Amino acid sequence: MPSGLLGIEPLDRVEIEAILDRARSFQPQQTARRKSDQLRGRMIVNLFFEASTRTRTSFEIAAKRLGADAISITATGSSVSKGESLVDTLNTLGAMHPDAIVMRHAASGAPHFLARYLVETPIINAGDGTHEHPTQALLDARTILDRRPTLEDLRVAIIGDIAHSRVARSNLYLLSKFGAQIVLCGPASLLPPELERLAPGVSLTHKIEDAIRGADVIMMLRVQFERQHEPAFSANEYFQFYGLRLEHMILAKSDAIVMHPGPINRGREISSEVADSQRSVILNQVENGIAVRMAVLERILGN
Amino acid sequence: MPKLVIRNGRVMDPASGLDAMRDVAIEDGRIAAIGEGLALSGAGQLDASGLIVAPGFIDMHVHLREPGFEYAETIESGSRAAAAGGFTSICCMPNTSPVNDSATVTSYIIGRAERHAIVNVFPIGAITKNSAGEELAAIGLMKNAGIVAISDDGRPVMNARVMRRAMETARSFGIPVIDHCEDLHLSAGGDMNESIESVRLGLRGIPAASEDVMVARDILLAELTGARFHVAHISSRHSVEMVAFAKARGLAVTSEATPHHFALADNAMPPYDSNYKMKPPLRSTCDLRAVTEGIVSGAVDAIATDHAPHAGSEKMQEFEKCPFGILGLETAIAVTLDCLVHTGKIPLMRMLELFTTGPDRVLNLNRGRLAIGAPADITIFDTDRAWTYDVNRSASKSRNSPFHGRSFRGGPVATIVSGQIVWAFDGLAVSGASQ
Repeated sequence: MPSGLLGIEPLDRVEIEAILDRARSFQPQQTARRKSDQLRGRMIVNLFFEASTRTRTSFEIAAKRLGADAISITATGSSVSKGESLVDTLNTLGAMHPDAIVMRHAASGAPHFLARYLVETPIINAGDGTHEHPTQALLDARTILDRRPTLEDLRVAIIGDIAHSRVARSNLYLLSKFGAQIVLCGPASLLPPELERLAPGVSLTHKIEDAIRGADVIMMLRVQFERQHEPAFSANEYFQFYGLRLEHMILAKSDAIVMHPGPINRGREISSEVADSQRSVILNQVENGIAVRMAVLERILGN
Repeated sequence: MPKLVIRNGRVMDPASGLDAMRDVAIEDGRIAAIGEGLALSGAGQLDASGLIVAPGFIDMHVHLREPGFEYAETIESGSRAAAAGGFTSICCMPNTSPVNDSATVTSYIIGRAERHAIVNVFPIGAITKNSAGEELAAIGLMKNAGIVAISDDGRPVMNARVMRRAMETARSFGIPVIDHCEDLHLSAGGDMNESIESVRLGLRGIPAASEDVMVARDILLAELTGARFHVAHISSRHSVEMVAFAKARGLAVTSEATPHHFALADNAMPPYDSNYKMKPPLRSTCDLRAVTEGIVSGAVDAIATDHAPHAGSEKMQEFEKCPFGILGLETAIAVTLDCLVHTGKIPLMRMLELFTTGPDRVLNLNRGRLAIGAPADITIFDTDRAWTYDVNRSASKSRNSPFHGRSFRGGPVATIVSGQIVWAFDGLAVSGASQ
């Protein structure tokens, strides 16, 4: 992928495997807090038009661990708040010749739109609207593969606000490419039926028990009340029907793991008992985020 | 007034059924004769060998953006785009600033058109004041000032009671109600057709049902009031079925389809390309087929472009921020030939109906036929010349077309309005006296 990373959908297995393998080799360096110089002298701009703590920090640390210089810009306090258009902002940054732009934006397709105008600077999508979040799916796959030999035939339940989730889309593309069985679960208002046809191996259910039964992996999604325009559920009612609680865990495989892209809302989509249990790999996901982003940056910027 | 003889063309006139090699003589802005080997002293000669000579095409749905949005289009530039697209008459929607909801604005548009437009411009008035959907506009006074229909295009009347009163009023003045059928509550926030494509792209969907429920409502209100009801830019399978049903019941219900709705489905959009963003949105392939079948069967009466210019800066944004609408005037003939005629779905004569007698029957413009004594509005086009659309050379002030770079076979060659050649393809030979 010479031109950046816009999404998982267009990638093939070989490309994904290469990133995941490389990420594994970065894990020791990352946990030992060592810095290398593969990307010394390279400049990476993190351009975040949407609030983010973990993804922005993760990209920044990944760049620095590889010896690159990283600058983070957030929309508030930048020229964006002075009414500059997205294209002008990106052209301005592009004229400063960074080696890559890592971008998060609330509009689906914003990085794809920019990639058409900014042909010389690779763009890495750090989450676009309700479309894709490719590095999240890569770090999720890395986290699963740290505990399972393969993704093939794994039963993965993704539960929550699927309609508005870029994490769900990227994950289902990735998992499907490797032959996993993906069960998407949520209320009908958050689970458009077309999802079933997005990729092979995807099925839908409105019942959390059906989703969890026999699952190897349970991925919970944050309820994005800020993206829902007329929530069909109150927070309490939602937790009653779609919140993951300890009582659900007996339905899953005995060694099932619980994942969450964060930030978690305890008592809204996941109970504290589950979030803090041995099954939870939420903090491993965060760790792997840096290793995976190192692999992605190296692949796009390395010679 | 100059005289002109169009020689050796294949003259086709849906109103009379004429389809033969003929000459057409024009004098004093009117059709003087149609026959073989016509002579007219002092007349210019236009050689139409190998070309189709048809009644002037009518586009009953365009946005000219004047007054108010002259940076995107003006009556003059829009009329030039119309002429370059083979249209001799265009009907402009009232969503200008101010909205065309009064005789004053109607008269302003007509006055500007008389001075600056190179084709005939027929204004469509608003249904409600400021198209706010609440209080009826001055429909009768606008009718006297020259409107040919009423519509709150783009801001459809949501209140069924208001729509009922509008239909009753329109009926009293003998004009049709054109509705952009969209339930704004159902479509709110949507950016493209609701389908697997919107789910895949993470864009909010506009369900076909948002169109269908309004078509159903308006058909029922048309039956209640006896009004003439015309569905603008029909795009969904069920809406086509319902219009066919209404026609079968003998109701005065008509519809138009845009070239983009029978040429492009929602899966044709390059990722997040706002030149594919319009309302109603490009629908699924099964809707596209239904619209095409409606054109074949007669459920669709007219082809209209919904020419909707937007300045480049408006369309060069995040997809969800871009306004709805695309250009259409200059590509309509070519797209129609491409999708409907060359594919054998409709004969050429049916295509001419859709651009001439079809819209004329809806609006009673008294145009769209090649009759002796009628205004000499004539569209000359060919069905074979290979060409590629370059939107950067458009006569429109805007550049938002999904057909940029597309290759076509056949297109407009010359556009004649009241006997004047207002546009001609480079290299068209006009010889003789007065042109």
